[in-house]
Amino acid sequence: MKILVTAKRVEDPESKIKVKPDGTGIVQEGLKYKINPFDEIAVEEGLRLVAKHGGEVVVVSIGGKEVHEQLRHALAMGAHKAVWVNHTGPLDQMGVAGLLQKVVEKEKPDLVILGKQSIDDDQNQVGQYLAEWLGWGQATFASKAESFDSENEKNKVPALVVGADNKTVRVVREVDGGLATVECQLPAVVTTDLRLNQPRYASLPGIMKAKSKPIEELIPAGLGVDVTPKLTVTKMSAPPARKAGIKVPDVATLVEKLKTEAKVI
Amino acid sequence: MSIVLIVAEQQPDGALRKATLNALSAGKALAEKSGAELHVVVLAKDASAIANELKDHGVKAVHAGSAPHFEHYIAEAFAPAIAELAQNLHADFVGMASTSVGKDLMPRVAAKLKAAMASDVMKFEGSGTDITFTRPMWAGNVIAEVKLATPVKVFTVRTTEFPPAQKGGAPGEVKAFTPAAPGEVKTKFVDFKEVKSARPQLTEARVVVSGGRGTKGDFKEIEALADVLGAAVGASRAVVDAGWVPNDLQVGQTGKVVAPELYIAVGISGAIQHLAGMKGSKTIVAINKDPEAPIFQVADYGLVGDLFKVLPELRDAIKAAK
Amino acid sequence: MDFQLTDEQRALQETARKYAREVIRPKAAYYDETAQFPLDLIEKGFELGLLNLAVPAEYGGLGLSHLDGVIATEELAWGCAGVATSMIANDLALLPILIGGTDEQKRRFVTPFTKELKFASFGLTEPGAGSDVAGMSTTLRREGDHYVLNGQKQFITNGEHASQYTVFATTDRSKRHKGITCVVIEGRPKGMTVGKHENKMGQRASNTVTLTFEDVRVPVENRIGEEGEGFRIAMETLDNSRPLTAIVATGIARAAMEHAIDYAKQRQQFGRPIAEFQGIQFMLADMGMQIQAARLLTYQSAWMLDQGQKNTLVSSYAKSFAADMAMKVTTDAVQVFGGYGYMKEYPVEKLMRDAKLIQIYEGTSQVQRIVIARELLR
Repeated sequence: MKILVTAKRVEDPESKIKVKPDGTGIVQEGLKYKINPFDEIAVEEGLRLVAKHGGEVVVVSIGGKEVHEQLRHALAMGAHKAVWVNHTGPLDQMGVAGLLQKVVEKEKPDLVILGKQSIDDDQNQVGQYLAEWLGWGQATFASKAESFDSENEKNKVPALVVGADNKTVRVVREVDGGLATVECQLPAVVTTDLRLNQPRYASLPGIMKAKSKPIEELIPAGLGVDVTPKLTVTKMSAPPARKAGIKVPDVATLVEKLKTEAKVI
Repeated sequence: MSIVLIVAEQQPDGALRKATLNALSAGKALAEKSGAELHVVVLAKDASAIANELKDHGVKAVHAGSAPHFEHYIAEAFAPAIAELAQNLHADFVGMASTSVGKDLMPRVAAKLKAAMASDVMKFEGSGTDITFTRPMWAGNVIAEVKLATPVKVFTVRTTEFPPAQKGGAPGEVKAFTPAAPGEVKTKFVDFKEVKSARPQLTEARVVVSGGRGTKGDFKEIEALADVLGAAVGASRAVVDAGWVPNDLQVGQTGKVVAPELYIAVGISGAIQHLAGMKGSKTIVAINKDPEAPIFQVADYGLVGDLFKVLPELRDAIKAAK
Repeated sequence: MDFQLTDEQRALQETARKYAREVIRPKAAYYDETAQFPLDLIEKGFELGLLNLAVPAEYGGLGLSHLDGVIATEELAWGCAGVATSMIANDLALLPILIGGTDEQKRRFVTPFTKELKFASFGLTEPGAGSDVAGMSTTLRREGDHYVLNGQKQFITNGEHASQYTVFATTDRSKRHKGITCVVIEGRPKGMTVGKHENKMGQRASNTVTLTFEDVRVPVENRIGEEGEGFRIAMETLDNSRPLTAIVATGIARAAMEHAIDYAKQRQQFGRPIAEFQGIQFMLADMGMQIQAARLLTYQSAWMLDQGQKNTLVSSYAKSFAADMAMKVTTDAVQVFGGYGYMKEYPVEKLMRDAKLIQIYEGTSQVQRIVIARELLR
């Protein structure tokens, strides 16, 4: 089967994000960039399915030349080829979903796997827009129930199982209060949650091999997609600073603060 | 009159999901800014009960769409019905709580309506249809103000930012409607398994309750509080060294490093080795007899008192608050 | 000049860093404490291609540059210097073959290491011949189509786990360094014994043993280069490996500095974090500048090899500077931690013990200075 996966370039989740004093964006200086962790899980899941069922994994990223770093990372993990949608400038989720729709129509994959959200915008929308526009079924937040380390987990069936006839995929979804299982006709869109799998490393041989794997370049105009953003960020600011710790007089006040101020219970 | 349409959610057990009420109060806040009417839609196999429950929460109208194919939630089956209703009503805003259903469903509704969408909205500002949505980015490290340029604007709301809507005011009109049958639905529901919250792993838990020397090795109260909170149990090095609890509960330099949303340190003085293992926690609560204990320097909320008296009280108060 | 890493270099650095953070670090203290051989960590490293970095593509390796190898090795050492030393030991043992061997010997003795995880050891040092390499007393005597090897080699990294040994011995002691010859020993032939694992101060995860040879027969076709060429081969090997030991020192020092910075920000004394005190700040500043200087010297020494230039002088600069730097930085890191730094509960005392070895092995800091002075006075 042919699986299309995404590889968005995002700020390293370990790096400190600071807002520019004028509120027009974040301070880019000194930041490192990585493949969106949820997308990395999507790449891994694609590779596992292909290892089992045969076929190929095509990875797509949208951005300037710098996204080659993320495409190469996915290729080094084992993806077979890459599609680079060369676009610089602002892009919203409708633009992304519109571009991906065209890439899907061109590549004709049996399955599209995306991260459930990117850790910069945190919108959690693109997979769903894409599924609707393609007229496909969707299974968001594909996940597993337990800790990776537990014995139970090691013996567990994978969260994504392709039907014997290669026409369906059964997906375990992490939802409020439990796990929902759905079955989608293929082709379908799946988005990944954090606990679906643990992505493999890009090995050194993989990195060297990735050098010679193809990266196909596409441009939005060529795909006939209008990417004018419909969503604009007008201002960014830092969250309110953490309040200095306080002593509370009694249990009632503590519970009240935890509920209304810290919002943790 | 423009309309804010809020989507209600039914739990797998058939009850109204409480987050719907938070979404309703968000909808009310938005309706006030934009001078709109607040409507709510509920889709279920039989939507009447939930519709009746909702009508007293300050809404103008409750649209109750009942159909057999709403028995189990599937985005493809629900999205067309909501989009169609939004179009029929000429709703300007369509929103829902940011639950897993809200996150799954609303982008699909937005896509159908060719509408832009803002997720996890914390605040609305502006007036008329010129509304600014405040929402978090980069895991809350940035708070962004966003504008949506499409005629219909879709959003989900962060429920913790809006209190649950209260009953009151004139009851809204319940309007039953029969949604058009969706086209071919390519996804089918298989099953739902409720996850019983056994005590989670220390490093993965959302809440951790840790005990220190102040417990004198009696962890019963710590465990009881942890059970109420669905929390993992941790310990300081002192109690591990004393052999009171097993090694793998140790939080700190040589133990586990944890970063839960809520860390409750009970009877722990706060040696730097312990702080190294928990200082990344989002909210830290310290309960200690000694008002000078260093743990109070890192705690967001400190309570001076005897843990054997405080903990049972706290447990009951949390049960009541939930 | 270009200080920018290539995309591939950034990628392999990232993989090595992730491996060091997720695989080595969690078990570094355990292997330090027990002094067991970290086979599980090395197996995972082998799967990722982090061993045998020096092997060219034509012999089954990845064909990395020396600079690539240095970039990856810094991360391994940042994880644990003992593990890193065991991971780069194959390179040290295979380099003499790559430098002095025939094509057939390279295929026979080097290529198999790229196919499966195996260990090779480099045997130069003897109980009575450390810095004075030419004073070695292990002998090779020709008997028809074989040599007969007699003597003892000590401080042999990975010796207990190796299945192949690159050994230097003399065919004529009177000729001093002109009598030194290099041979490859396969497996554990009759007459060879492996001593017990040394109880070391630091880098305890790396296996270190003594090898004893009593009338061990070595086929003539296992001789690398000609008789008497061994000294040149050994010295050239050390020119190649000095950047690696220098970067191990740099990796240790970087780890120490990061720990010191974290701790200084966290530790409150006199009502504020100690990072706000200038006395601490100056120590941290010195760490930063010295680590960067060591790294750049090391990069240059590796880059010169990649350019086909002789790097004896610069690699000796790098090795001795980095080793002394790491000793200073790790000692200061313990100082920043105060009493906690002296405790094994915190990671910095281990780094101080690990750093000490770099001033000693593969040419002491004093020998490096002799080499430097000789090059300068030439």
